[in-house]
Amino acid sequence: MKTPIYFDYSATTPVDPRVAEKMCSCLTADGTFGNPASRSHQFGWEADAAVEQARKDVAALVNADPREIVWTSGATESDNLAIKGVAHFYQKKGKHIITCKTEHKAVLDSCRQLEREGFEVTYMDPEPSGLIDLDKLKAQFRDDTILVSIMHVNNEIGVIQDIRAIGELTREHKIIFHVDAAQSAGKAPIDLQDMKVDLMSFSAHKIYGPKGIGALYVRRKPRIRLEAQMHGGGHERGMRSGTLATHQIVGMGEAFRLAGEEMAADNERIRMLRDRLLDGLKDIEEVYINGDMEHRVPHNLNISFNFVEGESLIMALKDLAVSSGSACTSSSLEPSYVLRALGRNDELAHSSLRFSMGRFTTEEEIDFAIEKIRANIDKLRDLSPLWEMFKDGIDLNSIEWAAH
Amino acid sequence: MAYSDKVIDHYENPRNVGNMDKDDSNVGTGMVGAPACGDVMRLQIKVNDEGVIEDAKFKTYGCGSAIASSSLLTEWVKGKSLEEAAQIKNSEIAEELELPPVKIHCSVLAEDAIKAAIDNYKGKKS
Repeated sequence: MKTPIYFDYSATTPVDPRVAEKMCSCLTADGTFGNPASRSHQFGWEADAAVEQARKDVAALVNADPREIVWTSGATESDNLAIKGVAHFYQKKGKHIITCKTEHKAVLDSCRQLEREGFEVTYMDPEPSGLIDLDKLKAQFRDDTILVSIMHVNNEIGVIQDIRAIGELTREHKIIFHVDAAQSAGKAPIDLQDMKVDLMSFSAHKIYGPKGIGALYVRRKPRIRLEAQMHGGGHERGMRSGTLATHQIVGMGEAFRLAGEEMAADNERIRMLRDRLLDGLKDIEEVYINGDMEHRVPHNLNISFNFVEGESLIMALKDLAVSSGSACTSSSLEPSYVLRALGRNDELAHSSLRFSMGRFTTEEEIDFAIEKIRANIDKLRDLSPLWEMFKDGIDLNSIEWAAH
Repeated sequence: MAYSDKVIDHYENPRNVGNMDKDDSNVGTGMVGAPACGDVMRLQIKVNDEGVIEDAKFKTYGCGSAIASSSLLTEWVKGKSLEEAAQIKNSEIAEELELPPVKIHCSVLAEDAIKAAIDNYKGKKS
Protein backbone atom coordinates (compact mmCIF):
# COMPACT_ATOMS: atom_id res chain seq x y z
CA MET A 1 0.00 0.00 0.00
CA LYS A 2 1.37 3.40 -1.03
CA THR A 3 0.90 6.52 1.09
CA PRO A 4 -0.49 9.12 1.02
CA ILE A 5 -3.74 7.42 0.15
CA TYR A 6 -6.00 9.33 -2.21
CA PHE A 7 -9.42 10.10 -0.70
CA ASP A 8 -10.21 13.18 -2.77
CA TYR A 9 -11.92 11.75 -5.86
CA SER A 10 -14.51 14.55 -5.70
CA ALA A 11 -11.72 17.05 -6.31
CA THR A 12 -10.39 15.14 -9.28
CA THR A 13 -9.66 11.59 -10.39
CA PRO A 14 -6.64 10.01 -12.02
CA VAL A 15 -7.12 9.40 -15.75
CA ASP A 16 -8.05 5.78 -16.40
CA PRO A 17 -5.16 4.11 -18.29
CA ARG A 18 -7.60 3.07 -21.03
CA VAL A 19 -8.56 6.73 -21.45
CA ALA A 20 -4.95 7.89 -21.49
CA GLU A 21 -4.12 5.40 -24.23
CA LYS A 22 -6.91 6.73 -26.43
CA MET A 23 -5.83 10.31 -25.83
CA CYS A 24 -2.24 9.55 -26.81
CA SER A 25 -3.46 8.32 -30.19
CA CYS A 26 -4.62 11.85 -31.03
CA LEU A 27 -1.40 13.77 -30.50
CA THR A 28 1.55 12.81 -32.65
CA ALA A 29 2.17 12.75 -36.41
CA ASP A 30 1.23 9.06 -36.67
CA GLY A 31 -2.03 9.70 -34.81
CA THR A 32 -5.30 11.61 -35.25
CA PHE A 33 -3.74 15.06 -34.79
CA GLY A 34 -5.72 16.96 -37.45
CA ASN A 35 -7.96 19.94 -36.83
CA PRO A 36 -11.54 18.62 -36.66
CA ALA A 37 -12.67 21.79 -38.44
CA SER A 38 -10.46 21.12 -41.50
CA ARG A 39 -12.94 20.03 -44.17
CA SER A 40 -10.49 19.75 -47.06
CA HIS A 41 -8.39 16.70 -46.21
CA GLN A 42 -8.26 13.34 -44.50
CA PHE A 43 -6.45 14.58 -41.38
CA GLY A 44 -9.37 16.84 -40.59
CA TRP A 45 -11.99 14.23 -41.48
CA GLU A 46 -10.41 11.66 -39.16
CA ALA A 47 -10.20 14.09 -36.26
CA ASP A 48 -13.79 15.13 -36.88
CA ALA A 49 -14.89 11.49 -36.82
CA ALA A 50 -13.09 10.96 -33.49
CA VAL A 51 -14.74 14.06 -32.00
CA GLU A 52 -18.17 13.00 -33.21
CA GLN A 53 -17.74 9.49 -31.78
CA ALA A 54 -16.87 11.06 -28.43
CA ARG A 55 -19.94 13.30 -28.68
CA LYS A 56 -22.06 10.16 -29.15
CA ASP A 57 -20.42 8.48 -26.15
CA VAL A 58 -21.04 11.48 -23.90
CA ALA A 59 -24.64 11.81 -25.11
CA ALA A 60 -25.25 8.07 -24.61
CA LEU A 61 -24.38 8.14 -20.91
CA VAL A 62 -27.16 10.68 -20.26
CA ASN A 63 -29.54 9.53 -23.01
CA ALA A 64 -29.30 12.74 -25.04
CA ASP A 65 -28.99 13.47 -28.76
CA PRO A 66 -25.31 14.01 -29.73
CA ARG A 67 -26.36 17.29 -31.39
CA GLU A 68 -27.28 18.55 -27.90
CA ILE A 69 -23.68 18.31 -26.63
CA VAL A 70 -21.44 21.41 -26.79
CA TRP A 71 -17.76 21.00 -25.88
CA THR A 72 -16.31 23.43 -23.32
CA SER A 73 -13.16 23.64 -21.23
CA GLY A 74 -14.87 22.15 -18.18
CA ALA A 75 -17.88 22.38 -15.91
CA THR A 76 -16.99 25.91 -14.78
CA GLU A 77 -17.18 27.15 -18.36
CA SER A 78 -20.35 25.13 -18.94
CA ASP A 79 -21.97 26.75 -15.90
CA ASN A 80 -20.91 30.21 -17.09
CA LEU A 81 -22.16 29.58 -20.61
CA ALA A 82 -25.48 28.16 -19.44
CA ILE A 83 -26.30 30.82 -16.86
CA LYS A 84 -24.96 33.93 -18.56
CA GLY A 85 -25.93 32.61 -22.00
CA VAL A 86 -29.56 32.10 -20.99
CA ALA A 87 -29.73 35.33 -18.99
CA HIS A 88 -28.40 37.41 -21.87
CA PHE A 89 -30.59 35.74 -24.48
CA TYR A 90 -33.86 35.77 -22.53
CA GLN A 91 -33.47 39.03 -20.56
CA LYS A 92 -36.35 40.64 -22.43
CA LYS A 93 -38.62 37.93 -20.91
CA GLY A 94 -37.45 38.58 -17.38
CA LYS A 95 -34.46 39.18 -15.18
CA HIS A 96 -35.04 36.86 -12.22
CA ILE A 97 -32.94 33.75 -11.52
CA ILE A 98 -33.27 31.17 -8.74
CA THR A 99 -30.41 29.09 -7.38
CA CYS A 100 -29.32 27.56 -4.07
CA LYS A 101 -26.72 28.63 -1.48
CA THR A 102 -24.93 25.28 -1.69
CA GLU A 103 -24.20 25.48 -5.42
CA HIS A 104 -20.66 25.40 -6.76
CA LYS A 105 -18.88 28.75 -6.96
CA ALA A 106 -19.01 28.58 -10.77
CA VAL A 107 -22.79 28.93 -10.50
CA LEU A 108 -22.84 31.35 -7.56
CA ASP A 109 -20.21 33.66 -9.02
CA SER A 110 -21.89 33.65 -12.46
CA CYS A 111 -25.08 34.73 -10.68
CA ARG A 112 -23.20 37.43 -8.78
CA GLN A 113 -21.90 38.76 -12.07
CA LEU A 114 -25.45 38.87 -13.46
CA GLU A 115 -26.57 40.78 -10.36
CA ARG A 116 -23.96 43.40 -11.21
CA GLU A 117 -25.53 43.56 -14.67
CA GLY A 118 -28.98 44.25 -13.23
CA PHE A 119 -30.45 40.77 -12.83
CA GLU A 120 -32.11 39.69 -9.61
CA VAL A 121 -31.06 36.38 -8.03
CA THR A 122 -32.78 34.40 -5.28
CA TYR A 123 -30.36 32.19 -3.31
CA MET A 124 -32.45 29.47 -1.64
CA ASP A 125 -31.58 27.82 1.66
CA PRO A 126 -31.55 24.03 1.45
CA GLU A 127 -33.12 21.88 4.18
CA PRO A 128 -30.75 20.72 6.96
CA SER A 129 -30.35 17.50 4.94
CA GLY A 130 -28.91 19.52 2.06
CA LEU A 131 -31.94 18.84 -0.15
CA ILE A 132 -34.22 21.43 -1.74
CA ASP A 133 -37.83 21.56 -0.60
CA LEU A 134 -39.92 21.60 -3.78
CA ASP A 135 -42.75 23.66 -2.32
CA LYS A 136 -40.31 26.29 -1.13
CA LEU A 137 -38.74 26.34 -4.58
CA LYS A 138 -42.11 26.74 -6.26
CA ALA A 139 -42.95 29.59 -3.90
CA GLN A 140 -40.00 31.53 -5.34
CA PHE A 141 -41.28 31.36 -8.93
CA ARG A 142 -42.26 34.74 -10.37
CA ASP A 143 -43.61 35.90 -13.71
CA ASP A 144 -40.18 37.27 -14.58
CA THR A 145 -38.24 34.14 -13.51
CA ILE A 146 -36.28 32.93 -16.53
CA LEU A 147 -33.87 30.39 -15.03
CA VAL A 148 -33.53 27.92 -12.17
CA SER A 149 -30.02 26.50 -11.59
CA ILE A 150 -29.76 23.59 -9.15
CA MET A 151 -26.91 21.09 -9.01
CA HIS A 152 -27.55 17.37 -9.27
CA VAL A 153 -24.98 16.16 -6.73
CA ASN A 154 -23.31 18.47 -4.24
CA ASN A 155 -19.52 18.47 -4.36
CA GLU A 156 -18.98 18.71 -0.59
CA ILE A 157 -21.72 16.55 0.89
CA GLY A 158 -22.68 14.32 -2.06
CA VAL A 159 -26.46 14.69 -1.69
CA ILE A 160 -28.56 14.06 -4.80
CA GLN A 161 -31.25 16.62 -5.60
CA ASP A 162 -34.50 15.41 -7.14
CA ILE A 163 -33.89 17.07 -10.51
CA ARG A 164 -36.63 15.01 -12.14
CA ALA A 165 -39.23 16.60 -9.85
CA ILE A 166 -37.70 20.08 -10.17
CA GLY A 167 -37.79 19.70 -13.97
CA GLU A 168 -41.53 18.96 -13.87
CA LEU A 169 -42.10 22.19 -11.93
CA THR A 170 -39.93 24.42 -14.09
CA ARG A 171 -41.31 23.04 -17.36
CA GLU A 172 -44.87 23.58 -16.16
CA HIS A 173 -44.00 27.22 -15.43
CA LYS A 174 -41.98 27.66 -18.64
CA ILE A 175 -38.82 28.40 -16.71
CA ILE A 176 -35.48 27.17 -18.08
CA PHE A 177 -33.76 24.61 -15.83
CA HIS A 178 -29.97 24.29 -15.65
CA VAL A 179 -28.29 21.47 -13.73
CA ASP A 180 -24.61 21.31 -12.78
CA ALA A 181 -23.91 17.58 -13.12
CA ALA A 182 -20.13 17.71 -12.69
CA GLN A 183 -20.34 15.47 -9.61
CA SER A 184 -23.11 13.17 -10.79
CA ALA A 185 -22.41 12.05 -14.36
CA GLY A 186 -21.15 8.49 -14.19
CA LYS A 187 -22.17 8.18 -10.55
CA ALA A 188 -25.94 8.71 -10.50
CA PRO A 189 -28.25 7.71 -13.37
CA ILE A 190 -29.23 10.55 -15.71
CA ASP A 191 -31.87 10.19 -18.44
CA LEU A 192 -32.42 13.43 -20.33
CA GLN A 193 -35.27 11.97 -22.43
CA ASP A 194 -37.10 11.51 -19.18
CA MET A 195 -35.85 14.40 -17.02
CA LYS A 196 -37.07 17.84 -18.06
CA VAL A 197 -33.66 19.44 -17.74
CA ASP A 198 -32.85 22.11 -20.33
CA LEU A 199 -29.14 22.62 -19.74
CA MET A 200 -26.65 20.34 -18.01
CA SER A 201 -22.96 20.91 -17.24
CA PHE A 202 -20.44 18.06 -17.40
CA SER A 203 -16.80 17.62 -16.52
CA ALA A 204 -14.42 14.87 -17.67
CA HIS A 205 -11.89 14.87 -14.85
CA LYS A 206 -14.36 13.85 -12.16
CA ILE A 207 -14.88 10.50 -13.86
CA TYR A 208 -11.38 9.38 -14.87
CA GLY A 209 -11.08 11.63 -17.90
CA PRO A 210 -8.61 14.48 -18.42
CA LYS A 211 -8.77 17.98 -16.90
CA GLY A 212 -9.50 20.91 -19.17
CA ILE A 213 -12.47 19.46 -21.00
CA GLY A 214 -16.20 19.47 -20.30
CA ALA A 215 -19.50 19.79 -22.07
CA LEU A 216 -22.80 21.58 -21.89
CA TYR A 217 -26.00 19.79 -22.82
CA VAL A 218 -28.36 22.22 -24.61
CA ARG A 219 -31.85 20.84 -25.21
CA ARG A 220 -33.22 20.88 -28.77
CA LYS A 221 -36.88 20.09 -28.03
CA PRO A 222 -38.07 22.47 -26.70
CA ARG A 223 -35.19 24.45 -28.13
CA ILE A 224 -33.03 26.40 -25.71
CA ARG A 225 -31.13 29.41 -27.05
CA LEU A 226 -27.92 30.84 -25.62
CA GLU A 227 -25.88 33.93 -26.22
CA ALA A 228 -22.30 32.79 -26.83
CA GLN A 229 -19.69 33.88 -24.29
CA MET A 230 -16.73 32.95 -26.49
CA HIS A 231 -16.71 34.33 -30.04
CA GLY A 232 -14.60 33.20 -32.94
CA GLY A 233 -14.85 30.67 -35.73
CA GLY A 234 -18.41 29.66 -35.02
CA HIS A 235 -17.54 26.19 -33.74
CA GLU A 236 -20.16 24.17 -31.85
CA ARG A 237 -22.98 25.77 -33.81
CA GLY A 238 -21.83 29.21 -32.74
CA MET A 239 -22.34 28.51 -29.06
CA ARG A 240 -18.66 28.06 -28.24
CA SER A 241 -15.92 28.99 -30.65
CA GLY A 242 -12.38 27.66 -30.49
CA THR A 243 -10.49 24.81 -32.14
CA LEU A 244 -11.69 21.54 -30.69
CA ALA A 245 -9.08 19.77 -28.55
CA THR A 246 -9.32 16.35 -30.16
CA HIS A 247 -7.27 14.45 -27.56
CA GLN A 248 -9.18 15.99 -24.64
CA ILE A 249 -12.54 15.34 -26.28
CA VAL A 250 -11.63 11.75 -27.17
CA GLY A 251 -10.53 11.27 -23.55
CA MET A 252 -13.83 12.59 -22.24
CA GLY A 253 -15.77 10.39 -24.65
CA GLU A 254 -13.90 7.28 -23.58
CA ALA A 255 -14.29 8.16 -19.88
CA PHE A 256 -18.04 8.57 -20.33
CA ARG A 257 -18.29 5.35 -22.35
CA LEU A 258 -16.45 3.42 -19.62
CA ALA A 259 -18.63 5.03 -16.97
CA GLY A 260 -21.70 3.77 -18.77
CA GLU A 261 -20.32 0.25 -18.78
CA GLU A 262 -18.92 0.19 -15.25
CA MET A 263 -21.05 2.59 -13.22
CA ALA A 264 -23.28 -0.05 -11.64
CA ALA A 265 -20.43 -2.33 -10.55
CA ASP A 266 -18.22 0.61 -9.47
CA ASN A 267 -21.02 2.13 -7.40
CA GLU A 268 -21.78 -1.11 -5.60
CA ARG A 269 -18.14 -1.66 -4.68
CA ILE A 270 -17.57 1.96 -3.64
CA ARG A 271 -20.73 2.00 -1.54
CA MET A 272 -19.40 -1.02 0.35
CA LEU A 273 -16.12 0.78 1.00
CA ARG A 274 -17.85 3.98 2.10
CA ASP A 275 -20.08 2.05 4.49
CA ARG A 276 -17.02 0.25 5.85
CA LEU A 277 -15.39 3.62 6.56
CA LEU A 278 -18.55 4.93 8.21
CA ASP A 279 -18.90 1.77 10.33
CA GLY A 280 -15.33 2.23 11.50
CA LEU A 281 -15.95 5.82 12.64
CA LYS A 282 -19.55 6.14 13.71
CA ASP A 283 -19.11 4.95 17.30
CA ILE A 284 -16.62 7.77 18.04
CA GLU A 285 -18.26 10.24 20.41
CA GLU A 286 -19.60 13.51 18.98
CA VAL A 287 -19.39 12.57 15.32
CA TYR A 288 -21.86 14.12 12.88
CA ILE A 289 -22.56 13.15 9.29
CA ASN A 290 -23.19 16.15 7.05
CA GLY A 291 -25.94 15.76 4.46
CA ASP A 292 -28.64 13.21 3.82
CA MET A 293 -27.32 9.62 3.80
CA GLU A 294 -30.17 8.17 1.74
CA HIS A 295 -30.14 10.58 -1.20
CA ARG A 296 -26.40 10.56 -1.63
CA VAL A 297 -23.83 9.28 -4.09
CA PRO A 298 -21.97 6.24 -2.75
CA HIS A 299 -18.48 7.67 -2.97
CA ASN A 300 -18.90 10.59 -0.55
CA LEU A 301 -18.66 10.77 3.23
CA ASN A 302 -18.63 14.19 4.87
CA ILE A 303 -18.24 14.00 8.59
CA SER A 304 -17.62 16.43 11.44
CA PHE A 305 -15.61 15.51 14.54
CA ASN A 306 -16.80 17.94 17.17
CA PHE A 307 -14.14 19.75 19.27
CA VAL A 308 -11.39 18.97 16.76
CA GLU A 309 -10.42 21.66 14.26
CA GLY A 310 -10.46 20.39 10.67
CA GLU A 311 -7.17 21.81 9.49
CA SER A 312 -5.21 20.34 12.39
CA LEU A 313 -6.88 17.00 11.75
CA ILE A 314 -5.85 17.12 8.11
CA MET A 315 -2.32 17.93 9.24
CA ALA A 316 -2.39 14.88 11.52
CA LEU A 317 -3.75 12.70 8.74
CA LYS A 318 -0.77 13.35 6.50
CA ASP A 319 -0.97 9.81 5.12
CA LEU A 320 -4.49 10.47 3.86
CA ALA A 321 -5.25 12.91 1.06
CA VAL A 322 -8.57 14.38 2.21
CA SER A 323 -10.08 17.83 2.11
CA SER A 324 -11.65 19.68 4.99
CA GLY A 325 -14.74 20.64 3.06
CA SER A 326 -14.06 23.92 4.77
CA ALA A 327 -11.91 26.36 2.89
CA CYS A 328 -9.43 26.50 5.78
CA THR A 329 -6.77 24.79 3.75
CA SER A 330 -6.93 27.49 1.11
CA SER A 331 -6.08 31.10 1.79
CA SER A 332 -9.48 31.82 3.31
CA LEU A 333 -10.18 30.98 6.94
CA GLU A 334 -13.93 30.84 6.53
CA PRO A 335 -15.65 27.55 7.37
CA SER A 336 -17.48 25.71 4.59
CA TYR A 337 -20.32 27.80 3.16
CA VAL A 338 -22.10 24.60 2.20
CA LEU A 339 -22.20 23.30 5.78
CA ARG A 340 -23.18 26.76 7.04
CA ALA A 341 -26.10 26.75 4.60
CA LEU A 342 -27.29 23.45 6.11
CA GLY A 343 -27.52 25.25 9.44
CA ARG A 344 -24.45 23.56 10.93
CA ASN A 345 -22.88 25.73 13.61
CA ASP A 346 -19.41 27.18 13.08
CA GLU A 347 -17.70 24.60 15.28
CA LEU A 348 -19.05 21.68 13.28
CA ALA A 349 -18.39 23.47 10.00
CA HIS A 350 -14.78 23.98 11.18
CA SER A 351 -14.48 20.29 12.10
CA SER A 352 -15.50 18.62 8.86
CA LEU A 353 -13.64 16.23 6.62
CA ARG A 354 -14.71 15.11 3.17
CA PHE A 355 -13.71 11.61 2.14
CA SER A 356 -14.37 10.76 -1.48
CA MET A 357 -13.57 7.33 -2.78
CA GLY A 358 -13.33 5.99 -6.29
CA ARG A 359 -12.47 3.32 -8.80
CA PHE A 360 -9.00 2.64 -7.37
CA THR A 361 -9.79 2.73 -3.61
CA THR A 362 -9.20 -0.56 -1.76
CA GLU A 363 -10.49 -2.16 1.42
CA GLU A 364 -6.97 -2.14 2.86
CA GLU A 365 -6.80 1.64 2.39
CA ILE A 366 -10.12 2.11 4.18
CA ASP A 367 -8.97 0.05 7.17
CA PHE A 368 -5.71 2.00 7.35
CA ALA A 369 -7.68 5.27 7.27
CA ILE A 370 -9.99 4.20 10.11
CA GLU A 371 -7.04 3.36 12.33
CA LYS A 372 -5.29 6.68 11.60
CA ILE A 373 -8.41 8.77 12.11
CA ARG A 374 -9.32 7.15 15.43
CA ALA A 375 -5.82 7.58 16.86
CA ASN A 376 -5.56 11.21 15.81
CA ILE A 377 -9.01 12.20 17.00
CA ASP A 378 -8.00 10.94 20.44
CA LYS A 379 -4.72 12.82 20.29
CA LEU A 380 -6.27 16.12 19.21
CA ARG A 381 -9.09 15.90 21.70
CA ASP A 382 -6.54 15.47 24.47
CA LEU A 383 -5.17 18.81 23.27
CA SER A 384 -8.55 20.49 22.96
CA PRO A 385 -9.82 22.73 25.77
CA LEU A 386 -13.29 22.48 24.24
CA TRP A 387 -13.30 18.70 24.56
CA GLU A 388 -12.22 19.00 28.21
CA MET A 389 -15.03 21.47 28.89
CA PHE A 390 -17.53 19.24 27.11
CA LYS A 391 -16.40 16.29 29.24
CA ASP A 392 -16.78 18.44 32.36
CA GLY A 393 -20.37 19.11 31.34
CA ILE A 394 -19.86 22.79 30.52
CA ASP A 395 -22.23 24.15 27.89
CA LEU A 396 -19.99 25.92 25.37
CA ASN A 397 -22.86 28.14 24.32
CA SER A 398 -23.05 29.55 27.85
CA ILE A 399 -19.60 31.08 27.51
CA GLU A 400 -19.08 34.56 26.14
CA TRP A 401 -16.37 34.05 23.57
CA ALA A 402 -14.36 36.95 22.25
CA ALA A 403 -14.73 36.65 18.49
CA HIS A 404 -11.58 37.67 16.67
CA MET B 1 -0.33 24.69 3.07
CA ALA B 2 3.30 23.95 3.76
CA TYR B 3 4.29 24.16 7.42
CA SER B 4 7.75 24.97 8.72
CA ASP B 5 9.68 22.18 10.44
CA LYS B 6 9.32 24.03 13.75
CA VAL B 7 5.52 24.11 13.49
CA ILE B 8 5.47 20.41 12.65
CA ASP B 9 7.78 19.62 15.57
CA HIS B 10 5.59 21.48 18.10
CA TYR B 11 2.44 20.05 16.53
CA GLU B 12 3.65 16.46 16.65
CA ASN B 13 5.35 16.76 20.04
CA PRO B 14 3.45 19.50 21.86
CA ARG B 15 5.19 20.70 25.04
CA ASN B 16 3.41 21.22 28.37
CA VAL B 17 -0.05 20.01 27.47
CA GLY B 18 -2.45 19.85 30.36
CA ASN B 19 -4.25 21.82 33.00
CA MET B 20 -3.80 23.26 36.47
CA ASP B 21 -6.30 24.01 39.18
CA LYS B 22 -7.78 27.30 38.05
CA ASP B 23 -8.91 28.06 41.62
CA ASP B 24 -5.35 27.88 42.97
CA SER B 25 -4.35 31.42 43.98
CA ASN B 26 -0.92 30.95 42.39
CA VAL B 27 -2.38 29.95 39.02
CA GLY B 28 -3.37 32.39 36.31
CA THR B 29 -5.63 31.21 33.48
CA GLY B 30 -6.08 32.88 30.11
CA MET B 31 -8.57 31.57 27.60
CA VAL B 32 -8.79 33.43 24.31
CA GLY B 33 -10.37 32.92 20.89
CA ALA B 34 -13.75 31.47 19.99
CA PRO B 35 -14.94 28.11 18.67
CA ALA B 36 -16.77 29.89 15.85
CA CYS B 37 -13.47 31.28 14.60
CA GLY B 38 -11.78 27.90 14.73
CA ASP B 39 -9.28 28.80 17.47
CA VAL B 40 -9.50 28.55 21.26
CA MET B 41 -6.34 28.72 23.39
CA ARG B 42 -6.14 28.12 27.10
CA LEU B 43 -2.88 29.00 28.78
CA GLN B 44 -2.20 28.53 32.49
CA ILE B 45 0.78 29.76 34.48
CA LYS B 46 1.90 28.93 38.01
CA VAL B 47 3.68 31.83 39.67
CA ASN B 48 5.92 31.56 42.75
CA ASP B 49 6.32 34.08 45.55
CA GLU B 50 9.11 35.87 43.70
CA GLY B 51 6.76 36.61 40.81
CA VAL B 52 8.49 34.09 38.52
CA ILE B 53 6.53 31.70 36.29
CA GLU B 54 7.44 28.23 37.54
CA ASP B 55 5.27 26.19 35.25
CA ALA B 56 2.97 26.62 32.26
CA LYS B 57 0.36 24.40 30.64
CA PHE B 58 -1.83 24.78 27.58
CA LYS B 59 -4.62 23.22 25.60
CA THR B 60 -5.55 24.51 22.15
CA TYR B 61 -8.36 23.88 19.71
CA GLY B 62 -7.20 25.14 16.35
CA CYS B 63 -4.97 24.62 13.38
CA GLY B 64 -1.39 23.34 13.56
CA SER B 65 0.02 26.88 13.76
CA ALA B 66 -2.22 27.71 16.72
CA ILE B 67 -1.14 24.56 18.55
CA ALA B 68 2.52 25.27 17.79
CA SER B 69 2.23 28.94 18.89
CA SER B 70 0.82 27.99 22.27
CA SER B 71 3.25 25.11 22.75
CA LEU B 72 6.20 27.41 22.04
CA LEU B 73 4.80 30.06 24.37
CA THR B 74 4.71 27.66 27.32
CA GLU B 75 8.42 26.94 26.76
CA TRP B 76 9.26 30.64 26.58
CA VAL B 77 7.39 31.84 29.65
CA LYS B 78 8.77 29.27 32.06
CA GLY B 79 11.39 30.87 34.32
CA LYS B 80 10.42 34.39 33.24
CA SER B 81 9.09 37.04 35.58
CA LEU B 82 5.56 38.28 34.94
CA GLU B 83 7.00 41.52 33.58
CA GLU B 84 9.26 39.68 31.16
CA ALA B 85 6.48 37.34 30.04
CA ALA B 86 4.21 40.29 29.37
CA GLN B 87 6.83 41.66 26.97
CA ILE B 88 6.61 38.66 24.59
CA LYS B 89 5.46 39.93 21.20
CA ASN B 90 3.41 38.01 18.68
CA SER B 91 5.98 38.92 16.03
CA GLU B 92 8.66 36.98 17.93
CA ILE B 93 6.47 33.87 17.95
CA ALA B 94 5.62 34.27 14.27
CA GLU B 95 9.27 34.70 13.41
CA GLU B 96 10.44 31.72 15.45
CA LEU B 97 7.81 29.44 13.87
CA GLU B 98 8.11 30.99 10.39
CA LEU B 99 4.34 31.47 10.22
CA PRO B 100 2.93 32.51 6.83
CA PRO B 101 0.90 35.77 6.76
CA VAL B 102 -2.44 33.93 6.85
CA LYS B 103 -1.41 32.35 10.18
CA ILE B 104 -0.14 35.47 11.96
CA HIS B 105 -3.41 35.62 13.91
CA CYS B 106 -2.33 32.40 15.69
CA SER B 107 0.65 34.21 17.19
CA VAL B 108 -1.56 37.19 18.10
CA LEU B 109 -3.82 34.79 19.95
CA ALA B 110 -0.83 33.39 21.86
CA GLU B 111 0.23 36.90 22.95
CA ASP B 112 -3.35 37.57 24.04
CA ALA B 113 -3.33 34.32 26.00
CA ILE B 114 -0.27 35.12 28.11
CA LYS B 115 -1.56 38.64 28.80
CA ALA B 116 -4.93 37.21 29.84
CA ALA B 117 -3.25 34.65 32.11
CA ILE B 118 -1.13 37.34 33.78
CA ASP B 119 -4.17 39.58 34.27
CA ASN B 120 -6.08 36.68 35.78
CA TYR B 121 -3.24 35.97 38.22
CA LYS B 122 -2.87 39.61 39.20
CA GLY B 123 -6.61 39.87 39.71
CA LYS B 124 -6.42 37.07 42.25
CA LYS B 125 -3.62 38.78 44.17
CA SER B 126 -5.10 42.25 44.32
